[in-house]
Amino acid sequence: MSEYKSGSNLEKVLKAGHFAFTGECGPPLGANVEHLKEKAGHLKGCVDAVNVTDNQTAVVRMSSWAASLILLQEGLEPNFQMVCRDRNRLAIQSDILGVYSHGIRNMLCLSGDHQRFGNHPEAKNVFDIDSMQLIHTVKTMRDEGTFLNGQDIDVPPQIFIGAASNPFAEPFEFRVHRLAKKIAAGADFVQTQCIYNMDRFREFMKRAVDMGLHEKCYILAGVTPMKSLGMARYMAKQVPGMDVPASLIKRLQGAGKGKVAGEGIKFAVEQIEEFKETEGVAGVHLMAIEWEHRVPEISELAGMLPRPKV
Amino acid sequence: MIVAEQKPIKEILEMVKDYNKILVLGCKGCVTVCNVGGSKEAAILASTLKIAARKTNKKIEVEEHTLERQCDPEYVDEVKDMIDDYDAIISIACGVGPQFLSERYPSARIFPGVNTKFMGGAVEHGMWSERCAGCGTCVVHHFGGLCPIARCSKSLLNGPCGGSSDGKCEISQDVDCIWDIIVRKMTELGRLEELLEFMPPKSWITARDGGPRRLIREELVI
Ligand code: SF4
Ligand code: SF4
Repeated sequence: MSEYKSGSNLEKVLKAGHFAFTGECGPPLGANVEHLKEKAGHLKGCVDAVNVTDNQTAVVRMSSWAASLILLQEGLEPNFQMVCRDRNRLAIQSDILGVYSHGIRNMLCLSGDHQRFGNHPEAKNVFDIDSMQLIHTVKTMRDEGTFLNGQDIDVPPQIFIGAASNPFAEPFEFRVHRLAKKIAAGADFVQTQCIYNMDRFREFMKRAVDMGLHEKCYILAGVTPMKSLGMARYMAKQVPGMDVPASLIKRLQGAGKGKVAGEGIKFAVEQIEEFKETEGVAGVHLMAIEWEHRVPEISELAGMLPRPKV
Repeated sequence: MIVAEQKPIKEILEMVKDYNKILVLGCKGCVTVCNVGGSKEAAILASTLKIAARKTNKKIEVEEHTLERQCDPEYVDEVKDMIDDYDAIISIACGVGPQFLSERYPSARIFPGVNTKFMGGAVEHGMWSERCAGCGTCVVHHFGGLCPIARCSKSLLNGPCGGSSDGKCEISQDVDCIWDIIVRKMTELGRLEELLEFMPPKSWITARDGGPRRLIREELVI
């Protein structure tokens, strides 16, 4: 038995005590493999693993497992995302076996945005199981070597199990408990929703540390640099569970014309610097949405390069 | 109760446009209580149809009648001598009504006059809200007596999801997040512990997912 649960690069980096750095790459709105490769190329060497989103915001894209395989071929380590919205427990388990067979070692378990947000609002949703139960499913498959029905799996998948946590959704007091519940269900690492309200995140981390959660699971703080004022305002008003303080919008405004993006990056870098010192934070998850080409620069500025080899 | 709403009148007119002798059939059950399919509404619909016909110089006869219940063969039988006098029947009972009628009177043309919405109740005068999805195995006692299957947009058993904000569901400001309500209630009651328990995947065999359902009570079978 290996000392690792999955042997993924991300797991090794975290286990060795390095401050991890993960990125994100959305699959194309079509079969544009070249575009995907180009976007992913920017992340190469900058991050330890790349989240590959699964029909995020309920918009149909190339499937996350397929895009994950392409990343793998490109020499990047994917963090395969899976939502419960589009599959029942049969499809979920068979996809887990499928991706593992092709070399995928990290998986992020999510409930998924409701389809009303997406481009097929008339679709039927599945939600046969929820994200908590998905985490538990992967753990059962890996550690018990059985399917959900208790039947043995012929070669169980060894996967590093990820979960998401949104410290800014409500009820605030319950969020850390739900995180604890995800960890108990089997999460090895957690990536948080993008953080803008630092006070609230500090409070959240303090509670997590008080409960000893950081000792049971690696917590990666979510960072999304603001590209523009429009994006900041949109995030503040339109995205459920997102907390963008007015002070940040003011700061971006103050940067002046043509300098907002630079200020957004500056804020992101300051955040990363703080997270490195924050007790219980094991790394950063950088979601530079459709801004992959700026990741090398952000990584450099935040002192995240070179990435450790374990 | 089963909550329904009347179909748009345009849709009803379109459905019955080729018929001249129409019977509007109400029901004294749930649809009477939610003010959509009782004798009062049957009379209103009948006169609406007549007025519409007059406007287009169409000659039609419309009668109305209301059964004790349309989900019971005994009462559905009541209209057996009337049915043949009409070439279209508009049932304004829930979706069960038109089906019981169609089964009992195979050659009759039966049309649904209402859209059956959900199982719930009146929360305010003129406002009804969903409470139960008929999952077949009730578990509300785990959630402070509130049902996340019917009332959470994702039917999460281990909620709330990350989209819950200000007590509202991520899908709309008009939808309460039931998980927010559950957490607050359990916190107030000092029973939060119960929500920290992992809720395993539910069996949906007893729900619609397990196929059309039937219930047999041996002691009642004659
Ligand atoms: S748990 Fe099932 S039976 Fe009970 S209220 Fe919810 S949907 Fe209805
Ligand atoms: S916001 Fe609340 S009600 Fe809506 S899907 Fe999430 S947990 Fe369910």
